[in-house]
Amino acid sequence: MSAMSQPVGDAMVSLLEAPPEQRKLGRRRQRPRAWRTAVLVVMAIFYVLPLVCAVKFSLINQKGTYGPQNYTAIVNNSSLSSALVLSLEIAAITAGISVLLVFPTTVLVRLKLPRLTVVMEAITILPIVVPPVVLAAGLLQMKETAPLWIVNAFFNHPLMILTPMYVVLAMPLMYRAIDTGLRAIDLHTVVDASRSLGASWPTTLWRVVLPNVQTAVLGGMFLTIAFVLGEVVIANQLDQSSLTFPLQMIQFASQDNAPGISVAMTLTALLFTFLLLFMLSFLARRHGPRTVRVA
Amino acid sequence: MSAQSSHETVDLQLTAPAPMPVTPAGSRVGVEFNGVQRHFGSVTALQGLDMEIHPGELVALLGPSGCGKTTALRLLAGFDRPDAGTITVGGRDVTRVPPHKRDMGMVFQAYSLFPNMPVRQNVAFGLRMRGRAKADRLKRADELLDIVGLSDAGDRYPYQLSGGQQQRVAIARALAIEPTVLLLDEPLSALDARVRHQLRAEIREVQQRLGITALFVTHDQSEALSLADRVGVMNAGRLEQIDTPENVYRHPATPFVAEFVGAMNRVAGRIADDGEVVVLGQRVPAIGPDVYAPGTAVEALLRPEALQATLDSGGPGEIVERTFLGSSVRLRVSLDDGHELLVEASSHGASLPVGARVALKIGAERVAVAERGAAAPAISPDL
Repeated sequence: MSAMSQPVGDAMVSLLEAPPEQRKLGRRRQRPRAWRTAVLVVMAIFYVLPLVCAVKFSLINQKGTYGPQNYTAIVNNSSLSSALVLSLEIAAITAGISVLLVFPTTVLVRLKLPRLTVVMEAITILPIVVPPVVLAAGLLQMKETAPLWIVNAFFNHPLMILTPMYVVLAMPLMYRAIDTGLRAIDLHTVVDASRSLGASWPTTLWRVVLPNVQTAVLGGMFLTIAFVLGEVVIANQLDQSSLTFPLQMIQFASQDNAPGISVAMTLTALLFTFLLLFMLSFLARRHGPRTVRVA
Repeated sequence: MSAQSSHETVDLQLTAPAPMPVTPAGSRVGVEFNGVQRHFGSVTALQGLDMEIHPGELVALLGPSGCGKTTALRLLAGFDRPDAGTITVGGRDVTRVPPHKRDMGMVFQAYSLFPNMPVRQNVAFGLRMRGRAKADRLKRADELLDIVGLSDAGDRYPYQLSGGQQQRVAIARALAIEPTVLLLDEPLSALDARVRHQLRAEIREVQQRLGITALFVTHDQSEALSLADRVGVMNAGRLEQIDTPENVYRHPATPFVAEFVGAMNRVAGRIADDGEVVVLGQRVPAIGPDVYAPGTAVEALLRPEALQATLDSGGPGEIVERTFLGSSVRLRVSLDDGHELLVEASSHGASLPVGARVALKIGAERVAVAERGAAAPAISPDL
């Protein structure tokens, strides 16, 4: 799973944010049945067929027969599970720190410093413009010249060195998601209403603004987690002590010289990502803000 | 005010609020703006606003867009800070007090209910911020919802309410905290005509029952005139006049107020030796005659209802348009020199058909005059 590009992130968040009435309008547009069927068939061939082939391939074991051996090998490999735990820890902490940094900052910019919106847009696009490998190279150079205590404190612990890197790299995803959510509500009015009713700034952010952009924040967190679980460039350069999940996957597949295991792991990662997405959709549907108005 | 068109959405649940005992608002307090100034870059939003709102009074601030009325309200709410001057509430200087510590309820122009909370929780939000017990605040929320005629809407979400209902809930929410001052920022402007009229009356009724001091900002003069104890007319960051609605309408302090409040004819005239203005061939006392020297060419500002039209085959004007307004008819009278005047007459009086020749008489005791502007005078002063 590779890092998602920014437009993909925007599109996903927009889809999640779209009110049901818009989705209904989209469905109401009638198109010729033949065209719809043709489009569906082409899409199915393009997206589903490779997956079906991958599933079939992953079920072929080393003896050339069908069986779940490739999947049981993944489950039984302890280094993979510890790598998954490490990656999930990094992903969760990265997502949490990103929300804590980006959410109040974006609210502040939209409410009080709208002129800085352009600056924010430029800054948040930098991690996409600058290749991660450049960032990694710079950090490696810093590692060689940095005092020993910094090396010991940060560079020798994957959690300590990768998390700050991922917070920076995930910033475009989190910022776009939250910004899209904030644009969808009348931020000035709800904040003023909350303040006039006696809520302090932290209370307003926590009890009023955050619940109303919950879907967007969850979307940003999901994209961040998906990014972290798929990132290999920085992890490969910096993480020398223990491997993250994607690196462990690559190593495991290449060591055993078992392409079936590699494909099985890819499918497992894909399934895991889908489960996260469904969980997000479920949460958003249950607790998201109600924005559809009646006449 | 625009008339309601037949296809406009109407609030189908316009039930009259049930009279019931209500906890009075916090002790009545007055509000004072003292030399309040506010600049946004090179734009002056308020230039030395001095205004007093008496305890329990409802003052409406009226004026065109950009005149500074909303800035004044936001300064009172605490959302903004003045560059100079002070604001006191109940004698206490609140100029630097943050909004959440001012105890003011505010109703906004935009629908401001929190979309993630049901109506009851919206109304109880302010009480929750004040640490009131859950049972207590929900009981109070139900009381307020009863007052605004939405006692059965407590469990609904804002998206399940019409615009009028949402604004009623917003009013209930603002009142729930028993505010010292109620601030209303064009709360009716997004509503259709019927709901607007209904809600206007309800706001006034609740404000009077609770005896709460209120500041109402609007650009709708009929709203301001019908709702407020006093109306303040603002222009370019200045308070031009603050007085009772009747005085603002009948005795405007400045030409701007005269022209802004109600329809107005500008008729060419001349200041006479005794300070009166000669207009339409008649002599009428002018407001502020000492400003102009005798013989000065001016424009008299005459309301349509200050002019009386009578059928006269030799009269100087001809009726070119007649609009029935219910209790009155509005006539557009074309004068022989090509200029036109608006005249309002009783619909129960003599028939004044289109095409009839009429004579015009000024019925006002005094008229406001303005320096003759670049625009061509309506008619010759010799008429």
